[in-house]
Amino acid sequence: MIKDFVKGIWRENPVFVQVLGMCPTLAVTTSLINGLSMGLATTFVLVASGLAISALRKLIPDQVRIASFMIIIASFVTVVKLLFEAHIPEISSQLGPYLPLIVTNCIILGRQEAFASKEPVGRSLLDSLGMGIGFVFALVVLGGVRELFYQGTIGGFEVLGSWYKSMVIMVQPAGAFISLSLLVALFHKLSGSE
Amino acid sequence: MGLFFIFVAIVLTQNFVLHYFLGICPFLGVSDEMEGAFGMGIATTFVMTLTAIITWNINTFILKAFNVEFLEYVSFILVIASLVQLVEMFLKKYLPELYETLGIYLPLITTNCAVLGLALFMVLREYNFVESAVFGFGAGVGFTLALVVMAGIRGEINEEDIPEPFRGTGITLLVAGLLALAFMGFSGLVPT
Repeated sequence: MIKDFVKGIWRENPVFVQVLGMCPTLAVTTSLINGLSMGLATTFVLVASGLAISALRKLIPDQVRIASFMIIIASFVTVVKLLFEAHIPEISSQLGPYLPLIVTNCIILGRQEAFASKEPVGRSLLDSLGMGIGFVFALVVLGGVRELFYQGTIGGFEVLGSWYKSMVIMVQPAGAFISLSLLVALFHKLSGSE
Repeated sequence: MGLFFIFVAIVLTQNFVLHYFLGICPFLGVSDEMEGAFGMGIATTFVMTLTAIITWNINTFILKAFNVEFLEYVSFILVIASLVQLVEMFLKKYLPELYETLGIYLPLITTNCAVLGLALFMVLREYNFVESAVFGFGAGVGFTLALVVMAGIRGEINEEDIPEPFRGTGITLLVAGLLALAFMGFSGLVPT
């Protein structure tokens, strides 16, 4: 049981190891807070749809399972989008179309297909929670690194001091790709895999 | 902004893959060889153009007309999934040769976030019908371009001696970063 939970955080980390869910990972991690909110929103959808699909797994016919999964996921994403718009409108507008794009995040469909559609509710809950935390971890690290090198702050707090000249490349697409590349390499080095 | 600029912007300056990070999964995964990359690109362009045309109609005549815009995501993803299925069946029956070449890539397109992203951007920017069609087609062309360029570079890189931790994902992302940097050079092409 513990294994179901822990594997998503490090050994099978969805971003660094499985290389899934790249679109939001690269697009919204211009700052730590954006990465965190995206990660939490995705985790909510992952856990909620995992529970629903795991509970309905015997009722969904095999031929139309992908379409059914997509509808369940899209419904939960709509819930998240409306909640964000109502309670944290600034973050909602910063994330823009990437918030609804959680629907096509391959981590979510991947976990439903590989785990939730076959396993009981309890194990599925642990699995999706672990994967969600792993995703949040990756987004927060990437967002933090990019924010730090962009303007010398982490989560809005000044870290490097006023001498630091901001580096615009870090919040542009090229900076996103390059920082993630370095982080993935670092992760491989640390975990000693591959 | 004229149709021409919409097209140039989405192919070069605001390329879906290198500017908006949409469709990264197939970009990193499939682009190992030139032919595969090209096939995937053509199949995706086809689906994207159709998606743009159909979702525009659904959005204008159903969702907006009946004030049920909150159903946007559910209906869009349903349209895309069924469209992919439909295209697959159509090709299998009437154009078996084309199906042979594109067949294996088609199911992957449903989870390609570039297709859903296209529909969402289209609504966000309030394009009219013709603009949407051009936008959809251009997005597909841009996606194909990125995929083919990447495939060419990866073909060369695979023969080099790459430091251990960078093998696989690391080096691919690094190349993508340099490509994004190169594509920034186009940024003056479209007046804002």
